[in-house]
Amino acid sequence: MASVWEYANPRKFMHTSDWLLPGVAWAAAVVTTVGLVWGFFFTPDDFRQGSTVKIVFLHVPSALMAINAWIMMLVASLIWVIRRHHVSALAAKAAAPAGLVMTAIALITGALWGQPIWGTWWVWDPRLTSFLILFLFYLGYIALWSSIEDPDTGADLTAVLCLVGSVFALLSRYAAFFWTQGLHQGASLSLQPGTRMDWAYKAPLYISMVGFGLIFLALVLLGTRTEIRARRMKALLTRERMN
Amino acid sequence: MIALLTRDLRLALRAGGGFGLGLAFYLILAVLVPLGVGPEPTVLAAIAPGVLWVGALLACLLSLDRIFALDWEDGSLDLLATAPIPLEGVVTLKALAHWITTALPLVLAAPVLGVLLNLPAPAYGWLVLSLLLGTPALSVIGTFGAALTVGLKRGGLLLSLLVLPLYIPTLVYGAELVSRGALGLPVSTPLALLAGITAGSVALLPFASAAVLRINLR
Amino acid sequence: MELRLTDIACARGGVPLIAGLSLTLRAGHALVLRGPNGCGKTTLLRTIAGLQPPLAGTVDLPPDAVAYAAHADGLKATLSVAENLRFWAAIYGGGDIAPALARMNLTDLAERAAQNLSAGQKRRLGLARLLVTARPVWVLDEPTVSLDAASVALFADAVRAHLAGGGLAVMATHIDLGLDEARTLDLTPYKAQRAGAGGADSFDEAFL
Repeated sequence: MASVWEYANPRKFMHTSDWLLPGVAWAAAVVTTVGLVWGFFFTPDDFRQGSTVKIVFLHVPSALMAINAWIMMLVASLIWVIRRHHVSALAAKAAAPAGLVMTAIALITGALWGQPIWGTWWVWDPRLTSFLILFLFYLGYIALWSSIEDPDTGADLTAVLCLVGSVFALLSRYAAFFWTQGLHQGASLSLQPGTRMDWAYKAPLYISMVGFGLIFLALVLLGTRTEIRARRMKALLTRERMN
Repeated sequence: MIALLTRDLRLALRAGGGFGLGLAFYLILAVLVPLGVGPEPTVLAAIAPGVLWVGALLACLLSLDRIFALDWEDGSLDLLATAPIPLEGVVTLKALAHWITTALPLVLAAPVLGVLLNLPAPAYGWLVLSLLLGTPALSVIGTFGAALTVGLKRGGLLLSLLVLPLYIPTLVYGAELVSRGALGLPVSTPLALLAGITAGSVALLPFASAAVLRINLR
Repeated sequence: MELRLTDIACARGGVPLIAGLSLTLRAGHALVLRGPNGCGKTTLLRTIAGLQPPLAGTVDLPPDAVAYAAHADGLKATLSVAENLRFWAAIYGGGDIAPALARMNLTDLAERAAQNLSAGQKRRLGLARLLVTARPVWVLDEPTVSLDAASVALFADAVRAHLAGGGLAVMATHIDLGLDEARTLDLTPYKAQRAGAGGADSFDEAFL
C-alpha cells in the first residue's frame, strides 16, 4: 500500500488530483444539491419556528466546516513544521480562503436565522461571537501569507501563527461563553439518547454536511493545485535567470 | 542581559524614543469617549471598565512596531542574534522593556482617567489590579506579533490585524474583572483566568517569538 | 581553533548562489572573499555566522566563536560612542572598552552621540565593537567601506593583532589590506549552475 507521504511530492499530488478533483467537484455539487433541496422543500415546518428553521441546512454545515477548515490548517501546518512537506504548507494556504468563506456563510445565515427569532440582526451570542472571532483569525492568517514574498518564510511564519492562533482562538471561545449567557439553542445535533431533532430533519442535514465537506475538499484541491503551479512558474523563472 | 534592558529603557527615554505617546493617546481616548456618548454619569459608569481596558490595549498596540523595527533597520538584530544571549532571552527582555515604558505608565494613569469616566468607587482597586495582571500578557503577545512582522514593508497595519484577535481573551477577562468589581460581585473566576492567561503567555510565547525571529533573520 | 566548510551550498531569496565550496581556515589566518556583486559573498558570510542555514553541507565551528559585522553597524543614534560600545561589551561578558576606543582612534569622540559621527567614524565604532567581543572568529562584510586610508591602516593593524593572538577572520572586501596572513578566494568558480545543483535538495526541483 502506498504511503500517504507520497502525496507530499508535488508531481504525484498533481497527477492524483488531476482525476480526483473533477470527481470531488461533481460529487460536491450533487450531494449538496440533494441535501439542500430535500432540506428546503421536503421537510415539515417546525412547530415553533416555522419555515425559518430550514436555514439550519446551510448554517450548521458551514459552521462545521468553518471549524474543520481551521483544524485542517492546524494539522497541515504541523506537518509542514515537523516533516517540511511543501504540499502540506500550500494546502494550509489554500484552505484559509475556503474556511473564511465558510465562516462568513455561518455568520450571515446565523444573522438571518436570528432576525425573526431574536427580533434583531445581530446579537452578541457566544457562538456567533466566537465565529466572528474565528473570522478575524482567518483574516490575520491570510493577510500574513499575502504580505510575505519568500514562500518558505511565509510557510514557516504562518505555521507558527496558526499554532499560536489556535490556542488563542480556543481561549477566545471560552472567553466568549464566559462573557455572556447563551441565547443560542443548544447543540443542534446531540449524541445523547432522546435526540432533540427528528430524523426527517437529520437525514438531509447529514447529507448537506457531507456536501459542504466535499465542497471544501474540492476548493482545497483546486487552491493547492494553483499554488503548486505558481511555485512551478517561479522555479522555471529562477532556472531561466541562472542559465 | 540587564544591559539590553537598560539600553532599551535609555533609548525610550531619550529624544525621539516615543516615551509617553501611548499615555497621551490613552488620555485623548478617555476624553473623546464621553464627548461621543454624552455626559450622562450612569452611562459613563457602565462603560468605563470596557473603555479603560480597550484604551489600554490600543495604547499598547501603538508602540509595538518599535520593539524590533529599529533594531532591524540599524542591523542590531543580526548582531544580537549572533551574541551570546539566547534569542528567547532577547524577546523576553524586549517585552519587559515595552511593558515598563508603555504599559506601566498606563496602569498608573488608569485610575485618573477612571475619574473622567465616572468609574464607581469600588472598582478602582480592581482596575489597577486587572491592568497590572493583564498588561504583561499584552506586551508578550505584542512582541510575538512584532517578531512575526519584522522586516515587512507594510508591517504596522498587519501587526494590528494579527495582534488584536490574540488580545481578545485578556480583554474579556480584564474588563469583566473590573465590571464585577464595580458591582461588588465575586471576582475570583476572571481574576484566576486573567492571571492564567498572563502566566501562560509569559512562559510559552517567548519561544514562539524567538522562533519566528530566527525565521525572519534568515 | 579552526573554521571548516564542507561542500557548502547557500541561497538568497530562494535562488541558489554558491555550491560545492569546501575550505579550512586555521587560527592566525585570514580569508578574503572576492567576486562580482551578487555572487553570494554576503550570503556565505551570513551562513558562516549562523544567521541562515546552508542549503547543503556543514559549517564546523566551536560554539559562540563568531563576531559578525555587516553593512549596518548596529549603532543607536541617540546613544554616545562610549554607551554604544559599553552595551556590546556588556552583552559579550563585560570587557573594558578603553583599549578598543584607543585602537580605533575614537577616544576623543567617546562622549559624542552616534548620530553626530561621520560615516567613517561610525564604521570605526562598528569595528571597535569586534574588539570588545573577545571572540576568535571575525566574519566581516565590507569592513572598509567609507574608511579613509589612515583608518584602513588602523583596521589592518587591528586584524593583524587579532590574527597574531590566535584569532581568524573571514572578510569580503575589495581593498588590499596588505595582510601577509590573508588568503584570497575568488567565489566565481563556485557559482551555483542551476537550481538544485551541488546536492542541494531544493523543493523547486520537484517541479522541473
